[in-house]
Amino acid sequence: MTQVKAAMAGTVFTVNVAEGDEVQAGQVIIVLESMKMEIPVETEIGGKVTSINVQVGDFVNEEDVLAVIGE
Amino acid sequence: MNKILIANRGEIALRIMKTCKRLGIKTVAVHSEADEHMPFVKYADEAYVIGPGPVLQSYLKADDIIEIALKVGADAIHPGYGLMSENAAFARKVSDAGLTFIGPDAETIELMGDKIASRMKMKAASVPVVPGTDEGVASLEDAIHAANMIGYPIMLKASAGGGGIGMVRCESEQALSQHFQSVKTRAKSYFGDDVVFLEKFVENARHIEVQIFGDDKGNIVHLFERNCSVQRRNQKVIEESPSPSLSEEVAERLYEAAVAAGKAVNYRNAGTVEFILSENDDFYFLEMNTRLQVEHPVTEEVTGYDLVEWQIEVASGNELPVKDQQQIKSSGHAIEFRIYAEDPATFMPSPGIIRKMDWNDSANVRIDSGYEEGGSVTPFYDPMIAKVIVHAEGRQEAINKAEEFFTSFTIEGVKTNIPLFQKFIGSKEFDHGDYTTNVLAEWLKTKKEEVEK
Repeated sequence: MTQVKAAMAGTVFTVNVAEGDEVQAGQVIIVLESMKMEIPVETEIGGKVTSINVQVGDFVNEEDVLAVIGE
Repeated sequence: MNKILIANRGEIALRIMKTCKRLGIKTVAVHSEADEHMPFVKYADEAYVIGPGPVLQSYLKADDIIEIALKVGADAIHPGYGLMSENAAFARKVSDAGLTFIGPDAETIELMGDKIASRMKMKAASVPVVPGTDEGVASLEDAIHAANMIGYPIMLKASAGGGGIGMVRCESEQALSQHFQSVKTRAKSYFGDDVVFLEKFVENARHIEVQIFGDDKGNIVHLFERNCSVQRRNQKVIEESPSPSLSEEVAERLYEAAVAAGKAVNYRNAGTVEFILSENDDFYFLEMNTRLQVEHPVTEEVTGYDLVEWQIEVASGNELPVKDQQQIKSSGHAIEFRIYAEDPATFMPSPGIIRKMDWNDSANVRIDSGYEEGGSVTPFYDPMIAKVIVHAEGRQEAINKAEEFFTSFTIEGVKTNIPLFQKFIGSKEFDHGDYTTNVLAEWLKTKKEEVEK
């Protein structure tokens, strides 16, 4: 299991995957909006999305776990 | 006017309040919980909290802001720039509440906020516009067909967009296909309207805008131009007036076109007509900003006028403070540098606490800032910390002054683009003045490591 965390605080702009989706390493799974800039959040590993912890519009802090990817 | 509510935050709120204070007008701040300790809140005669940090829950709560304005007996609302400054519905609500909106009327804001409708209006007024679609493109097929007619590269733009958001350059059909849906989605998310259109991308262009001002009596004047070609992420970073590498003849034609644009919509208050200039000095209308601009200080420095005072005068129903165009003179050269809390090489935002902010006070440089030491740059808002404005007799003297100033300017606690300015100001690319909107991206390709040090 690998946690995908927010690199900085911001608002969830888009959630590009759903629980159960297969993703590849480097894929942008969530986009945050912070200080008028879009911040793409990538998964470092490929695998199945086991949980998505946020929805569009949520405000997240740095290091918050946004999603979990299973190997 | 005896009391004005400022529906904005940070440096522009503070800057507006300072003019109000000089004119003996009381000021009212409305602020988010995140901005509770900001200088503009402390500076205001009265301050009211309107909600949590995110703008949707605070600075965009139109009804709450108007209610506060009425409750405290304000005569007018100044919207600043960004936030609700170009929100026609807000302007209308302010007027309907019996308050004065310090800006143009709601109909003008609405018309100019619609980039397609404003293109049509300018065409009708014989103001040249960039070749493009005269209506929104509903489907990818329509977009591809239109792009083939216009010719690549094209800009795919949100009709309700602005501020560099919601526009993508497409070099080919493949790029257009890749970006079409995401630009529509973004347009809907940011601006509440997913209409997109296409414009020819003008290669090696300069971005030059003209400040105009109108009053209720039908008088419209210009206050010369600003060159805003130094940009990153389609957003301005350095602005200067007068524009280098612009002949007097072309400048005069730009002024004429800008005033014609203003007259076409009976423009009132402060407005900016943005143009794109090709390598051959052909120029095209891009958009009109129906508000005070971030970069208004460079115009203030060269003309000697206080544009916020002009805004208040005109909104009060008075004529422009000048008799005619001939009375307005431009003197010397002014350059503005926008200080952002961001990585100077990657432009990634850098929120945090400003532990130290220090500069040489004797440098005779204008600093418009909304922050102070100990202040927090939060992720809720634009990352601009301050504006540095230098004014000198000539361009080279202004550049020298800026170079000197940036050796003393220190901000610690957040990353800023000060290291970028320290290197870029002395570069030959900026120095010769004949730069285009690509200048910063091109320069950074070879200088990135130096800036990161």
